[in-house]
Amino acid sequence: MPTIRHIKPGDYLTLLAGVLFTVWISLIAWSGGAADTALIRSGGKVFREVPLSRDQQIEVPGPLGTSIITIEKGKARISSDPSPRQYCVRQGWLQQAGEISVCLPNQVSVELTGGQKKYDSLNY
Amino acid sequence: MTASIIKLDTTAEDHHIARMAAVALGLTVLENAIPSPLPGVKPGLANIITLIVLARFGWRAAVWVSLLRVVAGSLLFGNFLAPGFFLSLSGAVCSLAVLALSMHLPRRWFGAVTHSILAAFAHIAGQMAVIYLWLIPHSGIAYLIPIFATAALVFGTVNGLVAAQFMDNAEGEPPSNNKRT
Repeated sequence: MPTIRHIKPGDYLTLLAGVLFTVWISLIAWSGGAADTALIRSGGKVFREVPLSRDQQIEVPGPLGTSIITIEKGKARISSDPSPRQYCVRQGWLQQAGEISVCLPNQVSVELTGGQKKYDSLNY
Repeated sequence: MTASIIKLDTTAEDHHIARMAAVALGLTVLENAIPSPLPGVKPGLANIITLIVLARFGWRAAVWVSLLRVVAGSLLFGNFLAPGFFLSLSGAVCSLAVLALSMHLPRRWFGAVTHSILAAFAHIAGQMAVIYLWLIPHSGIAYLIPIFATAALVFGTVNGLVAAQFMDNAEGEPPSNNKRT
């Protein structure tokens, strides 16, 4: 490969600095806040607030039936729900603060809190 | 009726600037034909011209070429004074500000690639500032910063390499140090 005279030694340094900067800013922007609490709502009211540190299953009553929320290894998900389209179940595990899973038909939602919230609100 | 002729006195530098801005404009048009995976992620090929002008004719000429390209490009694409125009403008202004500083780095050690990478980061910083302060005042855009930063790094490096290679070719074999041609 022919050498390009206009590439100077310092350019490699700048490139390295750029890579480090990109990695650093990615870690900051994407780390989010670690969640420590799951906020469970039913019918718009807070049903329970449970820590993510303890593995458990919580049954939440709603107008259609019972939703089951599973908390495991610092993560939470809605594992069973009577809603017809199962969006909240298919959403899977929630890990970071600010993430939320909502079963509209059964009026049940799980929101992770703690750390800093990544989103103030989410609209679909 | 007497026909009046308005004659503007133009210098050789004006001609250079106009020619370079035209080339930059051509690259902008070319670049718009390339589909972008994400809105806002563009190679910024026209900045190659800015880098070459900066190295050859100095910062003032680079400002002219860069801003002419932004304004003329927006007229060409019909988004003059639209949000996209202000994004281009803020990016260009921030890049030029950073170039004004980085061009004083010792030339022996830092070349076009350094200028390009720094300008690319300044470009997205300026754009993100406008996006956050004006268009989407929501902290959620922070989530996109890594994507834009990666794009800046990659395209900044590539553009810098192209500019460096071009300057090698244009100079021919003997390393000349002509400031003005």
